[in-house]
Amino acid sequence: MGQTVAEKIFETHVVDRPAEDVWVIRLDAVLCHEITTPTAILDLMRLGKDRVFDPSRIKAVIDHVTPAKDSNTATQGKVLREWARRHHITDFFDIGRNGVCHALFPEKGFIRPGYAVIMGDSHTCTDGAFGAFTPGVGTTDLAVGILKGVCAFRRPQTMKITLTGELPQGVFAKDVILSVIGRIGVDGATNRIVEFDGPVVQRMNMEARMTLCNMTVEAGGTCGICYADAITADYLWEHIRGEYPDKAAAAADFRKWWPDPDAVYEKTIVHDVSGLEPVTTFGQKPDNVRPVREMEGTPIDQVFIGSCTNGRMDDLRSAARVLAGRKVHPHVRGIVCPATTKIFSEALEEGLIRVFTDAGFCVTNPTCGPCLGMSTGVLAEGEVCASTSNRNFNDRMGRGGRVHLMSPATAAASAIAGHITNSELYKA
Amino acid sequence: MKNFGGHVLFLDRADINTDEIIPAKYLTEIAREALQPYLLESLTLDGFDPKRDIPGKQVVISRANFGCGSSREHAPWALEVNGIRLVIAESFARIFRQNMFNCGLLVVELPCDTIARLFTDYARGETFATADVARGVIQIRTGTKAEEISFRLSDFDRQLVEAGGWLEYADARY
Repeated sequence: MGQTVAEKIFETHVVDRPAEDVWVIRLDAVLCHEITTPTAILDLMRLGKDRVFDPSRIKAVIDHVTPAKDSNTATQGKVLREWARRHHITDFFDIGRNGVCHALFPEKGFIRPGYAVIMGDSHTCTDGAFGAFTPGVGTTDLAVGILKGVCAFRRPQTMKITLTGELPQGVFAKDVILSVIGRIGVDGATNRIVEFDGPVVQRMNMEARMTLCNMTVEAGGTCGICYADAITADYLWEHIRGEYPDKAAAAADFRKWWPDPDAVYEKTIVHDVSGLEPVTTFGQKPDNVRPVREMEGTPIDQVFIGSCTNGRMDDLRSAARVLAGRKVHPHVRGIVCPATTKIFSEALEEGLIRVFTDAGFCVTNPTCGPCLGMSTGVLAEGEVCASTSNRNFNDRMGRGGRVHLMSPATAAASAIAGHITNSELYKA
Repeated sequence: MKNFGGHVLFLDRADINTDEIIPAKYLTEIAREALQPYLLESLTLDGFDPKRDIPGKQVVISRANFGCGSSREHAPWALEVNGIRLVIAESFARIFRQNMFNCGLLVVELPCDTIARLFTDYARGETFATADVARGVIQIRTGTKAEEISFRLSDFDRQLVEAGGWLEYADARY
């Protein structure tokens, strides 16, 4: 019987089968940030097990609150920093070299096709865009991963979502994944891995694929997976050039992580994007999705462009195309947060930072802060944010605040208008 | 193994997410005990007052997809430091469910119509529920009404609960 991508990864990584439906698998990397890791570190210290299974396979970043905003967050950074030094974890990224984990770690080449990777963060599902198995986990799974390099999972069920058609102008990967979540619901993929297939995905660059996989957890999915191909090889090339004679050879090798033609899927959905309009969310669940057209005119107080969903170069470019030569509405606060230090530098070189500042946007350092109401963009009671992030939960960006999720282009257009609106109105 | 039983807090809504269980702004606390005052602070549910309704409760009964959203293990911790070690619901988000077992805590999934009936029959009065892990049975009672409901627990989940959590289990084995 043929295998799905996840089944292939499980079979090549299995170290134990403690029960019929449970697979304990070997991890290629364990990723850490300063919010969920310090408790794992302190637990291990308390138990007399302050060890790491392999320092070269542990990667750590301070990204959620950076720079530290108070004594608590300074302490979280200190615990992680000292632990990384103590255990000679050289892939540790502090302020000035850091970035939002799900943009930074792929950028560093730490996620490869066929890898099994965990992180104490639900949006680790982003990294499946590289043809890897990358579930988010809690702190205890993380502690065991750090100590033993393994993690336990139930037998993977996979659903396949085939994206067909042509993306219309002004419609992006963000609109696609929101429309998928709107269709299958917030538990439509629970306990399942989602393989994204079809011509629309094949044409997407890695940034768009990461946006797609990033929000699979909003449908309850364990992780998203895209099939590693020439586009994947091209993105990873500077990190893998020593391993392959050329990019074509790398892409050919990646095919071993494609599903077998007779792989068995728990469910298959064909999702045609041809008639898709730009979409946004209403309410407080990510499956509350409707066309921007129907939300036109909804007043906003803040616009946030950034996060692990939409803080990469392509996202900044598409927002800047809308903003160029225009000004943010006087009643709106615009915040743009390039997701990594490298992206910040590239945006500076391309002149995008200038476009944002000329438009009246505040450009912040790379951080997760605004997305989860931790720092640099917390909402007040009753305020509304048009956001390129991933969760519109009650109080997500600040107590009593409301969030509408959308693409960077829609967010930029809304910043100019002062209310939710379609980016096509601001075509150059 | 921990003790799974006590007075029941009914939360009559599906898709209760971990931001509602413990808002992100409290994730800057490293010590689990510090989360105690903030459990369910952001829950959107008519008539629910965390300060009034949580004290004295040891069991939560809720609807589908409980614990969706963020991977924060702070959600199970915030429940546990308030004395809640058992959550009974129609279904759970994967990471929350795993985090509960990893902490040696218990989640029990019951069919949709059973959950609906528990709300109808028990949610109005003071209700007491206990999970007997060895027998796979929930005992629930209020006033004059009482019953036993059987539930399924996989061998692996049972081993985690008996071991007190995944760290203890994995360290002894790998």
